Amino acid sequence: MTSSAAALSMPRAGARRQHPLVARLAPIVTVVAALIVVWYIAAVLMNLSLVRGGFEREEAPYTTAELIAGTMDAERPLLPAPHQVVVAFVDGVFGYAPNAPRSLVYHSAVTLSATLLGFVLGALLGIALALLIVHSRVLERSLLPWIICSQMVPILALAPIFIVVLGAIGLQGLLPKSIISAYLSFFPITIGMVKGFNAPEPMQLDLMRTWSATPRQVLSKLRWPTATPYLFASLKVAITISLIGAIVAELPTGAEAGIGARLLAGSYYGQTVQIWAALVAAAVLASGLIGLVGLAERLVARRMGTRA
Amino acid sequence: MNARQLRLGFILAAVSVLLVLLLPMSLSSEPVAALMARPLMFLLTAVVTLLFGIAAGIGGAIAIVFGFAGAICAATMTLLLLRDPGIAGSAASGFWMIVLAVWLASGLCVMVLAALKPRDAFTRRVLDLAIPLLFGIVVFYLWEVLVRGAGVPAVLLPSPSAAAAKFASSLPVLSGDFVQTFIRGVLIGYVIGCGAGLLVAILAHRFEFLGRGLLPLGNFFSALPLVGIAPIMVMWFGFDWPSKAAVVALVTFFPMLVNALAGLSASGHIERDLMRSYGASYPQTLAKLYLPAALPFIFNALKINATLALIGAIVAEFFGTPTQGIGFRISTEAGRMALDMVWAEIALAAIAGMVFYGLVALAERATTFWHPSIRT
Repeated sequence: MTSSAAALSMPRAGARRQHPLVARLAPIVTVVAALIVVWYIAAVLMNLSLVRGGFEREEAPYTTAELIAGTMDAERPLLPAPHQVVVAFVDGVFGYAPNAPRSLVYHSAVTLSATLLGFVLGALLGIALALLIVHSRVLERSLLPWIICSQMVPILALAPIFIVVLGAIGLQGLLPKSIISAYLSFFPITIGMVKGFNAPEPMQLDLMRTWSATPRQVLSKLRWPTATPYLFASLKVAITISLIGAIVAELPTGAEAGIGARLLAGSYYGQTVQIWAALVAAAVLASGLIGLVGLAERLVARRMGTRA
Repeated sequence: MNARQLRLGFILAAVSVLLVLLLPMSLSSEPVAALMARPLMFLLTAVVTLLFGIAAGIGGAIAIVFGFAGAICAATMTLLLLRDPGIAGSAASGFWMIVLAVWLASGLCVMVLAALKPRDAFTRRVLDLAIPLLFGIVVFYLWEVLVRGAGVPAVLLPSPSAAAAKFASSLPVLSGDFVQTFIRGVLIGYVIGCGAGLLVAILAHRFEFLGRGLLPLGNFFSALPLVGIAPIMVMWFGFDWPSKAAVVALVTFFPMLVNALAGLSASGHIERDLMRSYGASYPQTLAKLYLPAALPFIFNALKINATLALIGAIVAEFFGTPTQGIGFRISTEAGRMALDMVWAEIALAAIAGMVFYGLVALAERATTFWHPSIRT
């Protein structure tokens, strides 16, 4: 076994001389560069007929180079070139005052507030449900299947009704959107936390019993610490889902502000560059939020004395 | 829950049904016949009280038979009473006492059932199915009675029976929407997205350099709100189903890529050495070792994608449809305040989603029977 393993790793001996960071980043950089090249080629091909039509309408003579240059900065391209998206994104973020209606910062903030409220609501609901399910056999057997079924209901389709119903009660603005994102994000937390709260081994639970620990003590001293890794894993899933929920909730409700509203407006007026810039903003938001949860995870792990 | 609590619970249920004879049935100013004046109702009250009494007297697991019988009779009472226009919409404490008794008795029965630990596997599986089903029936019953008894306006929340009636009466529309959204949009996109994800994962597994570049990117992309791409797809592929299928394909691609890539790497060193000692070629190793070992991961992705696909298709419909489809119908009917139709569409989507998920789960059971999580 050892000799065959050594023989298998022989061809990689050359690769080991590389710096580890280079070995890790080189494939990623290559793939990203390839994607960008493909994007540029696709942009040329997809916008070609559009630009040619523009030239022919003006009956101006054109060369191939002019045609290709035209595909790079068309005003309403089918597929904007990457640099157009970057310019639009940077312009949207830094070009306007943070509270101007054309500023991406303003729209991101609107969506972010709904996301965070929905995330907090969803996390609280998810943990509460998991606690109930872990402590009650009846609920585990009767409620858990319905929780799984609840995710089969296309809740986003419910968004318009939520707005109608909650509007009739007098709730408007942030809360309906947050409720939708909470409904979407509680599920991974419940499932993850049921697993996490049940993660202690029978031996450890028996030990707690020999100390005649109350259920509350078992919860705080054994179940919570063992569930912490599960908590952060499911929080990472949940926060991206609640961002999706907040963005999508803005679509059917005719929201005036937010990333979803920006997408909708862009699609109505054919402003493709604006749509792509909003998508980039959503991506930045998503990775930022995941980064924050990851940071919290590392801080908690350090406080608890586990090696990260 | 111990036997004394069970008996006490059934006694409480019996007492609350008896109390109904004294309490008012309606809040409305018009006179409504008391329960005593309706012979059928009076008889049912007596029967229900008797059944709950027997349940309390017997105790133990057999009590639930009588408890259920009583709960069903009491539920029939409430539903019959709701036909009286004087009670529907303005029910008073007497009516709610019956509902309370139904809730109490059925809750006790579900609790007893959940505490049972049958020996043989068949009974256990029946129980695993029956308990959530009963729970669901109780929830739907309470929804129905609360909406009709308290007279919640249909604009806010229609009763389940109203939605079911609408469902039955508009089957042609519903089936058209189902075909448009589910068969064309979701299924085609799902097959394309999952298939492409699996193919790229196999390529990335074969060529390690590609895999090391794609895995972090796949992780990044699968965390992005990719449904936002919907308006662009509608612009590219038009209003009809290809744009929906494109969104679904894109949304399902990355979870499949990431999971399948993890699964293909799940086979152990010893197994790979064994394949090598057999002199197996790469296609053989792929078919006999890598793919079977990856199946649990692939099914995990298929399950995640089942929900994502439906969401993607419905979101894409918000950006334009050929006047058909579940998402389109829901947003237009909600605009017209026809909420029973909206709920019928939601029921359709939920049923379709559950059947879809169930089929994936069944396929998983059939193909990964060897995996510890299924075997135990």
